[in-house]
Amino acid sequence: MVLGLVAQRLAAALPTLAGVVVVTFLLTRALPGDPAAYFAGPAATREAVEEIRRTLGLDQPLWLQFLDYLGDLARGDLGISITTGQPVLADLAQRLPASAELTLLGLAIAANFGVTMGVVAALRPGSWVDHLCRMIATAGVSLPTFFTGLLFVYVFYYVLGWAPAPLGRLDAFSSPPPHVTGFYLIDSALAGDGETFAAAAAQLALPALTLGIFALAPIARMTRGAMLAVMSSDFIRAARASGLARRTLVLRYALRNALLPVVTTLGMVLSFLLGANVLVEKVFAWPGIGSYAVEALIASDYAPVQGFVLTMGVLYVTLNLLIDLAYQAIDPRVRIEA
Amino acid sequence: MSTLAHARHVLAENPVTAVAFCLFALLVAAAIAGPSLVPYDPLASSDRALAPPSVQHWFGTDNLGRDVFSRVVVAARLDLGMAFAAMAIVFATGTVAGVAAGFLGGWTDRVIGRVTDTIMAFPLFVLAMGLVAAAGNTVANVIWATAIINFPIYARVARTEANIRREAGFVEAARLSGRGTLQVMICEILPNVLPIMMVQVSLTMGYAILNTAGLSFIGLGIRPPTAEWGIMVAEGAGYIVSGEWWIAFFPGLALMLAVFTFNLLGDGLRDIVDPRRRS
Repeated sequence: MVLGLVAQRLAAALPTLAGVVVVTFLLTRALPGDPAAYFAGPAATREAVEEIRRTLGLDQPLWLQFLDYLGDLARGDLGISITTGQPVLADLAQRLPASAELTLLGLAIAANFGVTMGVVAALRPGSWVDHLCRMIATAGVSLPTFFTGLLFVYVFYYVLGWAPAPLGRLDAFSSPPPHVTGFYLIDSALAGDGETFAAAAAQLALPALTLGIFALAPIARMTRGAMLAVMSSDFIRAARASGLARRTLVLRYALRNALLPVVTTLGMVLSFLLGANVLVEKVFAWPGIGSYAVEALIASDYAPVQGFVLTMGVLYVTLNLLIDLAYQAIDPRVRIEA
Repeated sequence: MSTLAHARHVLAENPVTAVAFCLFALLVAAAIAGPSLVPYDPLASSDRALAPPSVQHWFGTDNLGRDVFSRVVVAARLDLGMAFAAMAIVFATGTVAGVAAGFLGGWTDRVIGRVTDTIMAFPLFVLAMGLVAAAGNTVANVIWATAIINFPIYARVARTEANIRREAGFVEAARLSGRGTLQVMICEILPNVLPIMMVQVSLTMGYAILNTAGLSFIGLGIRPPTAEWGIMVAEGAGYIVSGEWWIAFFPGLALMLAVFTFNLLGDGLRDIVDPRRRS
């Protein structure tokens, strides 16, 4: 029963995934100018360009090129980065944990503060707390992440000296922990290396906070709305009438129900986060896939950019699928309707 | 109650919206008259490089001795202009596509639905990056990319609004009086959907400004030495760690203020046009 539902969800995600692949294919073929001339370099003769056109398969009809592209994808071949000289897939795989660690921590911060703010605001609608939360949420979504990040660097690194220099995942005095998950926090904890853990956490704090503030607004807004609706519903009134403690009422009865619609907004929040991630990585010289793509873009090195867009698309579809499944697991009503 | 009286009522009740209107007027003034008002040439370098804010240079000077205040004011036209152009494109295409999908249904609806789903399958800023990288690093492509990533929101809102009016009395009446499908769609449905789409413009304008500035921050679209908020923050970023905060701070502040203004304005405008959705 449950397995069938999972399969159904997976099947529903397939057309979207196909869309992602088609779009990325079209992006590779829409390279500025003539891709063959581009790969041949400025000094190439006309014969050399034609030769490359044939090797690249660019003289084939579009649908054949698409099949070629699918074949390459199936073999995990995303091309070679001109800047690093490495296969794009290897580069991306090596840098993905850095981005994932940062984004997940940002999401955790946003979820914690956003839900708390939403609940506090909903318990006293119209009060100054409510207005304050609304102001913070609107301001948070108006802040350009690259600007917030730089402000943090100025205040916490230059003025106060609390944060380390914004130069990547570890300072110059630490060495990365033995590779297990690629997440420095987890790996250093596994290795029992408190010093590296502290160093990694210090580097992570500002960029994760920057991301968290940006993603906080939609979560806070949604929690507030959902909590307001739940708090005025009959079962809460009944629970209140039967003399349940306010704490139990709010946290166990109301919040659990209010969190359901919040889970559905996570998809949008993730879209924001994954996009903002690129900007934050650039500000903090974070060695993730976002800064990899930006560096490649500036060097007109297109294979990494396309690999990056494809990876992000696939990741985003997968995450949305997971959110969907989580939603079904939390809310039995959805299962019955489906 | 007339629209004007209603608008006045909403503004009086919500002073924040009134403040947003004032900020909006300031931004528009800077965009229109900025270049003729500023004290210095925004592109002219001087020998007073990296000077902190002072009476002569309110926002200080950058690494080439250019006046940051003049550059911030002049940039308003470009930043607002790019976002506005993108919104104009998506307003036209998104509304028409959404109304067609919602009113005609059938395969039109399915095709447009598939297009919006595919766009939304990507994190939007990442898709914009990919589009500009593929189509070429120009200002026009930044505008097109911003329009494309906003298309799903517009098409979806227009689709819903058209769909709920499909069976409305005035539509039936128009049909019975012998008007064709296309005519009903253009003369009856479209005018009713437009006000809500206008609100959508002000709601998404802030996001569009953030998006274009973000793209130029990573080096797409605008090239130096043009004055634009995103690229000015990028130019000032390197000086933050050595304490010259003003180069990145003031353009960033202007950017934030512009986005904040449009977000507040959007909420206020929605209250005026569409009272049902008041929060």
